[in-house]
Amino acid sequence: MRCGAVVPRGRSTVAPTNREFEVRDSTMRHLSRTTLTVSAGMAAVLTLASCGGGGGGGGGGDGEIELTIATFGSMGYEALLEEYEEQNPGITIVQQHTGRSPAHHQNLFQKLGAGSGLSDIEAVEEGHMARARSASSRFHDLNEIGPEGLDDRWQEWKYTAGQDAEGRLIGYGTDMGPLAMCYRQDLFEEAGLPSDPEEVAPLFETWEAYFEAGDEFTSADIGSAWFDNGSQVFNAMNNQLEFGYYDAEDNLIVESNEDVRHNWDRVGEAIEGGQSAGLAAFSNEWENGFADSAFATKTCPAWMMGPIKEHSGDEHAGKWAISPTFPDGGGNWGGTYLTVPTQSEHPEEAAELAAWLTAPEQQIRAFVAEGPFPAQVEALDMEELLEHRDDYFATPDVGPLFSEAAKQIERAQYKGPSDGDLQDNVFGPAIQTIEQGLASPDEAWEQAVRGANELEN
Amino acid sequence: MADLRSVTPEASRKPSPPPGGPPGSGKNTLTLRQRLYRFDVKSAPYLYIAPFFIVFGLVGLFPLLFTAYVSLFDWDMLADEQQFVGLDNYARLIESDQFWKALVNTISIFLLSTGPQLVIAVLLAVLLDARIRARTGFRVSVLIPYVVSLVALGIIFSNLFGHNYGLINNVLEFFGFERINWHSDRFASHVAIATMVNWRWTGYNALIVLAAMQAIPRDLYEAAVVDGAGPFRRFFSVTMPLLRPTLIFVVITSTIGGLQIFTEPKLFSDIPGSNNGGSDNQFQTITLFMYQVGFERFDLGYASAIAWTLFLLIVVFALINFLITRRIASTGEDRR
Repeated sequence: MRCGAVVPRGRSTVAPTNREFEVRDSTMRHLSRTTLTVSAGMAAVLTLASCGGGGGGGGGGDGEIELTIATFGSMGYEALLEEYEEQNPGITIVQQHTGRSPAHHQNLFQKLGAGSGLSDIEAVEEGHMARARSASSRFHDLNEIGPEGLDDRWQEWKYTAGQDAEGRLIGYGTDMGPLAMCYRQDLFEEAGLPSDPEEVAPLFETWEAYFEAGDEFTSADIGSAWFDNGSQVFNAMNNQLEFGYYDAEDNLIVESNEDVRHNWDRVGEAIEGGQSAGLAAFSNEWENGFADSAFATKTCPAWMMGPIKEHSGDEHAGKWAISPTFPDGGGNWGGTYLTVPTQSEHPEEAAELAAWLTAPEQQIRAFVAEGPFPAQVEALDMEELLEHRDDYFATPDVGPLFSEAAKQIERAQYKGPSDGDLQDNVFGPAIQTIEQGLASPDEAWEQAVRGANELEN
Repeated sequence: MADLRSVTPEASRKPSPPPGGPPGSGKNTLTLRQRLYRFDVKSAPYLYIAPFFIVFGLVGLFPLLFTAYVSLFDWDMLADEQQFVGLDNYARLIESDQFWKALVNTISIFLLSTGPQLVIAVLLAVLLDARIRARTGFRVSVLIPYVVSLVALGIIFSNLFGHNYGLINNVLEFFGFERINWHSDRFASHVAIATMVNWRWTGYNALIVLAAMQAIPRDLYEAAVVDGAGPFRRFFSVTMPLLRPTLIFVVITSTIGGLQIFTEPKLFSDIPGSNNGGSDNQFQTITLFMYQVGFERFDLGYASAIAWTLFLLIVVFALINFLITRRIASTGEDRR
């Protein structure tokens, strides 16, 4: 076997490990994760040792219970977990944190399939919930094992999105991403548009008004585009539809869904009219675009405030404003759930911890610590949220502003099994081909439909 | 031969029958100790090489065969039972536009990287072989790109090749050329990725070629000089033929690596973490396609079919390369 013998020399182009990509994130995180895993291992050994020391005493009352919780990104749980340990003697919690969402979810679904190796609590992001729901028998029904009376804790759409087809609740909601419109006041003024939040509101009333304002802005020709890229607008528009890529029976309906096609044509027209900066979201170019004032508006879920501040930098402090008026009503973008896989050895204790973490009081603190916007009804009227200010923005009362945006959300679109995949790998890239001048909106649409059908097979 | 054989147990057994045993009872009457000794001598070589084969079996052969098995199923990790579909995954692969596109991309990037890389590596080796000051310093420095983390390299290069804010486009514009969209133009993206591969591997290959070059006996060159051969003649008639085995090795390992290029296109993507290889799969390679199918869509049966197809392709390419390389550098030996 020549290949076997030669492969070790390879190009290190083979088999990427998760680790390789986490390095991009931050070495710190990676280190802390390793330390945590090691300490988890040691803790397990110690637990075993202490059990052994009991000398067959049959557990002896409240034995030490170790709960593990796997999180990703910025969920803001570190301090909360410590507090829970203090309040509940006999419970130790080990947090396994992964920086990036893809690595976390890849690990989750691999081990879900393998049947072992998962934490007692696993965080699942909205975009991956459809896949988790399709394997819902591998998760506990939290209504069964968790505390009672939590049904009214979340906004209704958030609660139902955590349920599977049979109505079993597999995830407690943590945060959400209420949509507002962020815009650059200085660029608006330069292009002769109103810039005061109240005067701007009519421009953001409907998508039609938004694109018309975009034409006006573009014709002023001040060297900036109207929005960062077409996908970010198209996705927001599509998420407002009752049905997007799928109907309620998981049939792919992109070809027959006229609303999707209408949105597509509208965005395509705007791109051809020069409204898009053509900077793919989260790319290096996109990050540079903030500092370079490459675009004047940005579809803006609450968590987008972080990237805006980070990439625009101090020199643009006070130039970004946030309008709570979002075209054709609000929307949600992003958010996470806490699940308890059936692999867990302490499901009830895990459910209890998950329920505690997702209570409004705790989520508010997570929000203050790291910014995930709480999805709990009561949290929206809590003082800590309403008093939250950020002086970087020309509209510093961001707490009440996003609380308002959150209350506008009435429903969440039904997501089919490959919804996230279609958005990121089929429709998003197809829009990019229009921006890159490789295809007309019609050609790109055909490419997208072909890709969607191939994905479904 | 006879001397050697007398050492083996078969030979030494005959003259000395086992002590205490009935004389003349033949070869079935060995003592336990003798049997063990015989077994030891016969099996020891196999035991010594066993670790390699056991490890290879576990991490090489078993996955290879199991992948072939998985490729016959519609394999869903989360399903309780896997559905047998025969060769459907392969049929689907052949019909898939994306697969053919990825294949063309892979071959294009492979040619753009391997070809220039080998030529430059040989030329670099010639330069490093010359009498220059601080030779060791130069020799070590060509290896530096190889030591640098591939991920760091990917981030730097994808920044350099940015469309609006990338250094390369800024330089092009400064000299009055058009900006090139390195991420949307298919050929430009291949050139950019091949640059990353070449940057990393040329020095490495140059050192391998240099080592082989230094093993060439110097009297051959002296004889050539006496015969009146100039530097070019010496290079093509002495150096190249004697580099043949090394070149074959370098070409085959480059082929195996080149057809499996993954990290470079993955990190080159403008959208971090994307496995699409560009908006229209302009630079998605086969391994990237396989990774996307397997670990983004979790369609493991289909991904396994891609893996096996890739394996067979590599075998074919390695053979073709082997034959071509033999022809290119064969003059010396074939004339004998």
